[in-house]
Amino acid sequence: MSDTVRSDRAAPAADSPVISVSDLRMRYGTKDVLTGVDFTANAGEVLALLGPNGAGKTTTIEILEGFRMRSDGDVSVLGIDPAHGKEEWRSRLGVVLQSWRDHGKWRVRELLEHLGTYYRPYSTDRTTRPWDPDDLVRTVGLTEQADKKIMTLSGGQRRRLDVAVGIVGRPELLFLDEPTVGFDPHARRDFHDLIHRLSDLDNTTILLTTHDLDEAEKLADRIVILAGGHIIADGSADYLARKMSTEAEVKWSRDGEFFVHSTTDATSFVRKLFADHGEDVENLEVRRASLEETYIAMVQQFESGQGGTAIRQFQEAQQ
Amino acid sequence: MNQRTTPYTAGLKRGWLDFKHTMSSPSDLFGFIFPTGIAIVVILFLRNVDIPGSPVSLGSMSLPSMMGMNVMFGGMMGVIGKIVSEREDGTLLRNKAIPGGMTGYLIGSIVSTAAFVMFGVVVLLTMGLLFFPGVSFSGPGQWLTLLLVVVVGLFATMPIGAALGSLFTNPRMLGFVMMPIMALTAISGIFYPITALPPWLQWIGQAFPMYWMGLGMRSALLPASAVHVEIGASWRPLETFGVLALWAILGLVLAPALLRRMARRESGSAVAERQERAMQNVR
Repeated sequence: MSDTVRSDRAAPAADSPVISVSDLRMRYGTKDVLTGVDFTANAGEVLALLGPNGAGKTTTIEILEGFRMRSDGDVSVLGIDPAHGKEEWRSRLGVVLQSWRDHGKWRVRELLEHLGTYYRPYSTDRTTRPWDPDDLVRTVGLTEQADKKIMTLSGGQRRRLDVAVGIVGRPELLFLDEPTVGFDPHARRDFHDLIHRLSDLDNTTILLTTHDLDEAEKLADRIVILAGGHIIADGSADYLARKMSTEAEVKWSRDGEFFVHSTTDATSFVRKLFADHGEDVENLEVRRASLEETYIAMVQQFESGQGGTAIRQFQEAQQ
Repeated sequence: MNQRTTPYTAGLKRGWLDFKHTMSSPSDLFGFIFPTGIAIVVILFLRNVDIPGSPVSLGSMSLPSMMGMNVMFGGMMGVIGKIVSEREDGTLLRNKAIPGGMTGYLIGSIVSTAAFVMFGVVVLLTMGLLFFPGVSFSGPGQWLTLLLVVVVGLFATMPIGAALGSLFTNPRMLGFVMMPIMALTAISGIFYPITALPPWLQWIGQAFPMYWMGLGMRSALLPASAVHVEIGASWRPLETFGVLALWAILGLVLAPALLRRMARRESGSAVAERQERAMQNVR
């Protein structure tokens, strides 16, 4: 019993981070995939691990899930090293896997009820485990499909079932690896709503990986950008946007003629513009380069093999 | 309900549900009924073929032998096929992400495979008792022998199947096991007494569980005088359980470590990689 009490969310864990990664390294043969990753996630936070394809996001999340052994570095997930995590530790995690074709002959509610039974002995006064199957089916919007065979579900329904499987044990921490790959815009919006509901509902800490900045901005409280084997940026979307968009484009017109000027100090430029021309200045527009533009430029360069340069520029831009 | 026993009870439940799904899946049933049906039709025609020195026909001798073969096939190939395909489709990883899930998965696989083998035994036994003269139980001891042969046979085949299954990363490698087992059928005295083979082939046949399972089933279901066409004119019960026990021990020694190794290596990207490779092979 003392084990389960310690595991509870009300435990002192509130001020210590749920995930803490320091100098994490991973090497396959002679290839370094992660060259010193550092970041933390706090309780209740939705954190997006963003990066171009091949940046090592999946490797990172699999190490945190305890599915993969790291080469070096310190990792703590819910206060425990995932390399030595026991079943009690696993009962506090939820993992949303990619959509496989597994359990095709099982029915939706039947599978959720069955998988839930494994969590029953880990139920505590504060967190009743598992999630009631009917309630869970309703939460992910599969009530109509509850008694259908899983192999008959559509792609979007199957994905919602994947989430249901991930949260059936009412996890304190939920991992989602590239959750919306292959979604149409409508399915994607539905999915985002579901994630928002989850983080509001139970104050679940969520770590998701994505290569889509838009998705990271929509879902995450904080974005951690992984490229070239380490973290190159860490902060809220607003913070990153302000940090990185140093260049601004100023557009105006005077006597019917249009002008464009790029500057790192838009405020003093505009002040001077008015001082010089006063009321002649019309159609003024000041636009900062968005986070998205900077990120896309980085991804493009990264994928064309000039990642090193792009990352340096990205990092310089932040300083 | 505590943390230690839950994976086992959940595993039993999983095995039962899994078995139910198999029994209600036309394709799974067809995979059993089709080859078994053909074999039964063939040996029905052998009911008029006599074996010199035996009181029963070749058909009646083949039926219990086939029951033995079915335990070997269903037990070993059943577990191999299950592990290999469920590794590829992500079932295994899904269970790995759950507390105690791997234990539950393993128990479930054993239970559902064993249940399906038992189902096959019951079907064949019913056919035998109804349509094959000479196939019958002469007493309660014979019932017990049948039950023992099935149980020991499952122990001799399923762990070996689990060990082999955990070594294969690709369902297309199943053929490498299937072919030798087919060949083994030919030298295990299933469809004709093994004594008709040259001695060196008899020795190879006797090294594997299939021959002994067939022999054990015949000893349970055929009249006592049918023993005269067997090696040494004896049912050799001690040798039967000895050889089967050796295979069971071999499997039980190898399987846990190999299964642990397999489970340890399972991750999302490993499943994705295998599926990608499978897709490339299809194209």
